[in-house]
Amino acid sequence: MEEVMNSFNFLTAPDVPTAIQLTNNQLSAFIAGGTNLLDLWKYNLVNPTALIDINQLAALSEFRELENGGFRLGAAVKNAETAYHPIIESRYPLLSRAILAGASAQIRNMASNGGNLLQRTRCYYFYDHQVPCNKRIPGSGCPARDGYNRMHAILGASEACIAVFPSDMCVALAALEARINITGGDGERSLAFSDFHRLPGERPDLDNNLKPGELITSIDLPAKGFPLNYSYLKLRDRHSYAFALVSVATALEMDGNTIKEARIALGGVAHKPWRSLEAEEFLREKTACRENFAAAADIILQGAVGLEYNRFKIKLAKNAIIRNGMMAIDPDSQLPGAQPSL
Amino acid sequence: MNTDKNVGRPLSRLEGREKVTGSARYAAEHPLEGVLHGYVVSSPITKGKIVEIDTLEAMAIPGVVDILSHLNRPKLAWFDLQYTDMDAPPGTVFKPLYDENILYNGQPIALVVARDFETARYASTRIVFRYHQEPHQTCLEKHLDKARAPKKGLATALKPPPPPPTGDFENAFENAAVKVSSEYRHGTEHHNPIELFATTTLFQGDGKLTIYDKTQGTINNQLFIANVFGLHYKDVRVLAPFVGGAFGSGLRPQYQLFLCVMAALHLKSNVRVVLDRKQMFSFSHRPPAVQQMRFATDINGRLIALGHSTFAETSNFEDYTEPTSNWSHKLYPAPNTLFEQKVVPLDVYTPMDMRAPGGSTALHAIECTMDELAYKLNIDPLELRLLNYSDVDPSAGKPYTSKALRECYLKAAAKFGWDKRSAEPRSMQRGNKLVGYGMATGIWDAFQFPSRVQIMINSEGKMIVDNATTDIGTGTLTVMTQIAADELGLEMADVEFRYGDSKKPFSMFQGGSAITSSTGVAIVIAARSMRKKLLKKAAEMDGSPFRKAKEEEVVFSSGHIHLKNDPTINISLKDIVAFNKGAAIRTTKMGRPHMLKLRKYSLATHSASFVEVEVDRDLGTITLTRAVTAVAAGKIINPKTAKSQILGSMVWGISKALHEESIMDPHLGKYINANLGEYHIPVHADIGELDVIFADEKDNLINELGTKGVGEIGLVGMPAAISNAIYHATGKRIYRLPVHFDELI
Repeated sequence: MEEVMNSFNFLTAPDVPTAIQLTNNQLSAFIAGGTNLLDLWKYNLVNPTALIDINQLAALSEFRELENGGFRLGAAVKNAETAYHPIIESRYPLLSRAILAGASAQIRNMASNGGNLLQRTRCYYFYDHQVPCNKRIPGSGCPARDGYNRMHAILGASEACIAVFPSDMCVALAALEARINITGGDGERSLAFSDFHRLPGERPDLDNNLKPGELITSIDLPAKGFPLNYSYLKLRDRHSYAFALVSVATALEMDGNTIKEARIALGGVAHKPWRSLEAEEFLREKTACRENFAAAADIILQGAVGLEYNRFKIKLAKNAIIRNGMMAIDPDSQLPGAQPSL
Repeated sequence: MNTDKNVGRPLSRLEGREKVTGSARYAAEHPLEGVLHGYVVSSPITKGKIVEIDTLEAMAIPGVVDILSHLNRPKLAWFDLQYTDMDAPPGTVFKPLYDENILYNGQPIALVVARDFETARYASTRIVFRYHQEPHQTCLEKHLDKARAPKKGLATALKPPPPPPTGDFENAFENAAVKVSSEYRHGTEHHNPIELFATTTLFQGDGKLTIYDKTQGTINNQLFIANVFGLHYKDVRVLAPFVGGAFGSGLRPQYQLFLCVMAALHLKSNVRVVLDRKQMFSFSHRPPAVQQMRFATDINGRLIALGHSTFAETSNFEDYTEPTSNWSHKLYPAPNTLFEQKVVPLDVYTPMDMRAPGGSTALHAIECTMDELAYKLNIDPLELRLLNYSDVDPSAGKPYTSKALRECYLKAAAKFGWDKRSAEPRSMQRGNKLVGYGMATGIWDAFQFPSRVQIMINSEGKMIVDNATTDIGTGTLTVMTQIAADELGLEMADVEFRYGDSKKPFSMFQGGSAITSSTGVAIVIAARSMRKKLLKKAAEMDGSPFRKAKEEEVVFSSGHIHLKNDPTINISLKDIVAFNKGAAIRTTKMGRPHMLKLRKYSLATHSASFVEVEVDRDLGTITLTRAVTAVAAGKIINPKTAKSQILGSMVWGISKALHEESIMDPHLGKYINANLGEYHIPVHADIGELDVIFADEKDNLINELGTKGVGEIGLVGMPAAISNAIYHATGKRIYRLPVHFDELI
């Protein structure tokens, strides 16, 4: 048959090593849900010559209790299955809430856990192959900086790129300090969640530290899931099916009204889920109250820079951190999923 | 009219099952053997010239049949006039693939025709274009200095310029006791019907074309195609049996129709062209506008000065205007007025009518300004409207044929619970949320166009009604069937309304909320003639008891003619046709507005919207919790489909107030959020509880049916009601739509 159009091979593998062997060229892509890959393809941003289907790989499709008390999420498991899994709902409700605040029911039914980590930014300019974009073509320029930058970064951005990472799920995973298990040609390795995604720097084309040919196999949640005091707050331009302008995942360990441990991660503000260990340390042994969350917010937002259309995010993020802290004290007061506040 | 058996009943739409089961075929879905597929190539630059097109690689791709551009297109009509359509604004019509000039970003610059869609789309990426780029201007707010009065033309008839000044506005405003001066900004919106624009052309080989097109006007597009390609009108048939929304975007022939027919004629083949979602942002849209408002009252709240100046975007080739500055004086009397309507030509495609064009933009500014006045005067906003209520149209000095706006205000206020509002901003709270109540008035035209209808009674005694109108999803098929059935006393099942076909008798395009009154009245007129014919025929029958019966002595019901004073004496329509040797009895009549009589009146629909919002005190997030809209639109033929129209309009009002905007990047000169992921429209979570009330508005003057149309009126008041509720909740007045929640923190 003649070679026409965007022709590509659709490959399956019996196991992970075989799947990895199939990625012997730069133009192949793993496919699980494909919910972002197909967008990118249709917009002419990627052009894989081979798709390697990882949906059939048993090792990627399981939930598993871990010996250290943690819980493993297979990389090919669907977001919806994860969010509604009884162990996630009971032991890691923050993760469940964050997943359900993202996308739509239909997309969550298709999208995989591994794919969620790998989704590309939703920057308008990145998706338009007819305009410059340093993330698409390094060195070509960034029209967002002087353009319509409402959705863009206030923290950790570089001259080259002000894109934000769009995931909700990953904001909760950052707060929970998950680990990412990866298999590649050189064997297996594991990365702390905070080491997985990158800041743009000079290489905004690289979203994360996954090497070519490597495959995310699973995500490990630690034993501590903060099931008593948690909240996910997502602020956006409509009440569902829109990416976060600012989101906050807060997890607290409380003793009475005293914070024993705090985790706060922000979404929609940077090239990766944003945490400040300094702010979390500040909250240790403090009373859970608006004033202390405000002080923590100031630490988190140190160095935040607003551009013409996204300046509002600095104040919004501060108010959101305070509100979400207060909601985390009383998780029963939260409305499920998308509702942004009490 | 004999009986009101079907009119007024809340019937479900007759084609509903076909639509929800997917058996209804839209323009791109008509199966055709050997159809070729066209994919449009869109200009990536905003202004300049195409210097070179290299199609060598693309043409070599197996399955590619042809690539048409300005370099090799077939010869076309030369004169602008031949491209003109019924809704063309003054200026020079855009002619696709005409020459090397690029007038706006996304302009179609080539059509790739291939054996399948995917090949055509792929090949489009393998064509190399070289351009000479020129600087562009696409930002309204940066180029207000270019504002000028719009040119006048045919379209001016439906969109009149604002009336001349009255009194001494500047002096009256300057010296007024209470006044408000403010500026309102609105972004661009694209219609974005879910059905993509598409055309399927059957090349029949006998010189005739049958065209399935997405349109609101079958005859409009038939004339356009015949004129442009030099064909006989009768050789061009445009069909649009189902239309998946249009909202005004189908009032003019869009470029995919032109390109599809051109390719079909050139290649002597069946061709289909479907736009993609991004290309849905490459033609008509609601223009962005800047409105400067200056209203003043006396110390008691009576308006003494109304000033409204509008600066709205148009293209560099046509002067489109959506009238905004005309409306305030149709609602409120004031002795001193000053209205201006200007256009700012930019390097964009020509804007176009989008649901309640002008009205929804204008009434936002007008009714927010009224709200500002109410706070300054310390008068309840509803009181202020009632204080300035007018039964006549102050701008024309004529009475309305009917105006039940007062009833709308009072009924909607009661249902909403307006009396529970505390006047002070930020005075109502629920937990962390500030609660706001807002209200606004709506007004819209009550148009009627000439329309021609043929009625046939066939040998089964069934009624067939023909008219070229479309049904753009509004319930036209159902409503026309209801009207027709009652006119001859038939069951719905005994009436067939045939439409969406340029071969049927004349209808204007389906816009301006006009079709129920236009085609509906034509049905009434044609049915009147049919009743005469049937009675005459009945009288001719041997020993007919109807020989001497006069029209007023008979009644049409249950498929029979009955004597009024002795209903047992009757004859079936079927028997009358049998007596006519089985040949169908036909009549064709024109319905038209009573221009002479109506000259003494103003015509309008009215509405009142009441809205509750919750705004988060710290986060600014806005939730529309509930809204009530009362509508006065004359007689309601079908309360169910009419309610759906108003509900849909109210949702669009939420969209306009809070979500919808095509974002123009002024450096690139293009819309950057051209997809439905980033072009936000409300989702279910954004829509609170909506309630619709129809006022009991009897109008014996406006037309034979007493109808006014409900397509647009439900949208007009909502954006201002929402903005006013946000002000009441927060004490912040946002002068730009859509309102972004972050402006409230």
